[in-house]
Amino acid sequence: MSLRLAPGEALLVAGRNGSGKSTLLRVLATALRPDRGTGAAFGFDLVRERDAVRRHSALLGHQAFTYETLTALENLQVAARFLGRGAGRGDLLPLLEEVGLADRADDVVSTFSAGMRKRLALARVLLQDARLVLLDEPYGTLDPPGFVFVDRLAEAVRRRGATLVMATHLLERGTAHCDQALLLAEGRLAWGGRAADLPRAARAEGLQEC
Amino acid sequence: MLSAALRKEALLQWRGLARTLAVLAFGGTALLLFSFAGGPDSGALREQAPGYLWLALLLSSTLALSESFDGEQEQRALEGLLLLPAPAAVLFYGKALANLLQLAALGSGLLPMAVVLYDMPLPRPWTLLGILVLGSAGLAAPGTLYAALSARARARQTLLPLLLFPLVVPVLVACVKATSLSVTGDPMGQLRSWTLLLVCFNAVYWPLCGLLFDRVVES
Amino acid sequence: MTREEKSGRLGGAFLLIGVLLLLFGSYLGLAVAPRERFMGDVQRIMYVHVPTAWNAMLCLTAAFVFAVAYLWKGGWRWDCRLEGALEVGVLLSGLLCVQGSIWARPTWGVWWDWDPRLTTTAVMFFAFLGIIALRSFVDDPAQRATWAAVATIVAYVDVPIVYFSVRWWNSLHQMQSSPATVSPAFYLPLRTNAFGMLFVMAGFITLRARLARRRLAAQLAPPPALTRAAS
Repeated sequence: MSLRLAPGEALLVAGRNGSGKSTLLRVLATALRPDRGTGAAFGFDLVRERDAVRRHSALLGHQAFTYETLTALENLQVAARFLGRGAGRGDLLPLLEEVGLADRADDVVSTFSAGMRKRLALARVLLQDARLVLLDEPYGTLDPPGFVFVDRLAEAVRRRGATLVMATHLLERGTAHCDQALLLAEGRLAWGGRAADLPRAARAEGLQEC
Repeated sequence: MLSAALRKEALLQWRGLARTLAVLAFGGTALLLFSFAGGPDSGALREQAPGYLWLALLLSSTLALSESFDGEQEQRALEGLLLLPAPAAVLFYGKALANLLQLAALGSGLLPMAVVLYDMPLPRPWTLLGILVLGSAGLAAPGTLYAALSARARARQTLLPLLLFPLVVPVLVACVKATSLSVTGDPMGQLRSWTLLLVCFNAVYWPLCGLLFDRVVES
Repeated sequence: MTREEKSGRLGGAFLLIGVLLLLFGSYLGLAVAPRERFMGDVQRIMYVHVPTAWNAMLCLTAAFVFAVAYLWKGGWRWDCRLEGALEVGVLLSGLLCVQGSIWARPTWGVWWDWDPRLTTTAVMFFAFLGIIALRSFVDDPAQRATWAAVATIVAYVDVPIVYFSVRWWNSLHQMQSSPATVSPAFYLPLRTNAFGMLFVMAGFITLRARLARRRLAAQLAPPPALTRAAS
């Protein structure tokens, strides 16, 4: 498959479990080295200029990238220090507020539910402030109020002109944020086109619930 | 960057204090068991004490080292930091330094137990502390590299000691000999050459492991 | 002829040459070479022991070179060769330890003498055995290759350090030297066997690398369901 995404565009990636959505996003985030093929983000090669790509991209993956023995705030502090950002309480509490975790800021992450970990991971994506934001099933494990945080994050990403790639099963929510879409099946491209046309294509693939 | 890594390790160590204490208790149990294997002749025990001390620390070190990557692996926190991007070498040296300090602390905790159980004299405590730090450094550098690797393999409880123990034979030999010499006296001036061996081992493995760590954690 | 067949034939040829040389060398060593004056017939084990030692070291050095080549240049062929060299190297080190024990028993009256060379070999046997274990506990081929290469480099660099540490540790013990091999009658079987062992080793590595390549090809190929869907 071949794919080109302009800065500021948003892409929806759909497909069944195991169709290669996460693999695609992890390759784009340089978390996974591709076996074959090449790719670039902002002109930086995904393999050879890995660090440059990483500086510009943020990934929300299946794992929350958290230290379970640290508190929510401390987890953000660890990341902020590596990013060279302000790591004070005042700098980071607003981010936790954004995802509705401010009252749990000083609780250890191991006491969190899966949805709360996801919220913390979202706060981390906000902290990274990247030009390429990769969200892998952002709605998974979240409660309906949590969906709103993801929607707000996606809107904010688009507003500041960053590129968004979102993999999700919630096609209606996803298409609302994206211009382009592609449908993966067994590691291959099954369909690609405008996001608005995705539901029809998905029905043809037997992916849409009826 | 290194300060960010060190602060992260300090925080993790502080929160994991209970685990470190449990490892210390394990080391103490091992010391107690060694006396049943070698005793109760107190003269023989005193002679073997440096060996038992270092064996106890070596056995405890595999627990401490593998635990040091538990938290990194659970939610793939290490991968998250690499994607920020944090340089792999910086993360390695932060972790290895933390492990060095933890092992030296474990050794310092086991030392009084060895003194009590084996009636080991301590004529030169500062020399012994130096040996403890050098030996811990020798265990920490390859130990951190191999712990990172075995944390993501199957059968990691077996794999880490299987890979680490043969590798650190020189560290064990040098530390036991140097400890014996510092305890019983050093008429031939051999302590220097054992210290030199430890320094050489560290001089080889600290740069080498830092260099290779990037290849171990990338996927 | 495909590359597959070529490497198969090459490995077979190496093995054949090696076995013939070993047979000839052993005949020379057992029947032609004179009896050693002080040690008697026991000394004849040297005709396999010394060649094994040389080749074990050579084999682990080859593993080190393959590991560096894999990390430096990449390419599955280096990983396949590394797998072959690791297994043959461990086999030779294991043989070396056994031969050393058999030699030590009648000569010094003990099975194990803590001789620095033999002890270093034993340490390396376990070190590289651990790497083979590591290979079997990692499922992802790329990860397995990288980790095995890293561990091989780390273990190989340790060889001289282990040797010196054991030598100093055992310095009270007088160094045993190999029996002097002065006359050509001693040299010839030793060298013949050394080359025989070298060819057998090269043959084994070639064939083992070929097998590793086949397994890798099967593992990297897409599952049958996928190919059917695509066609």
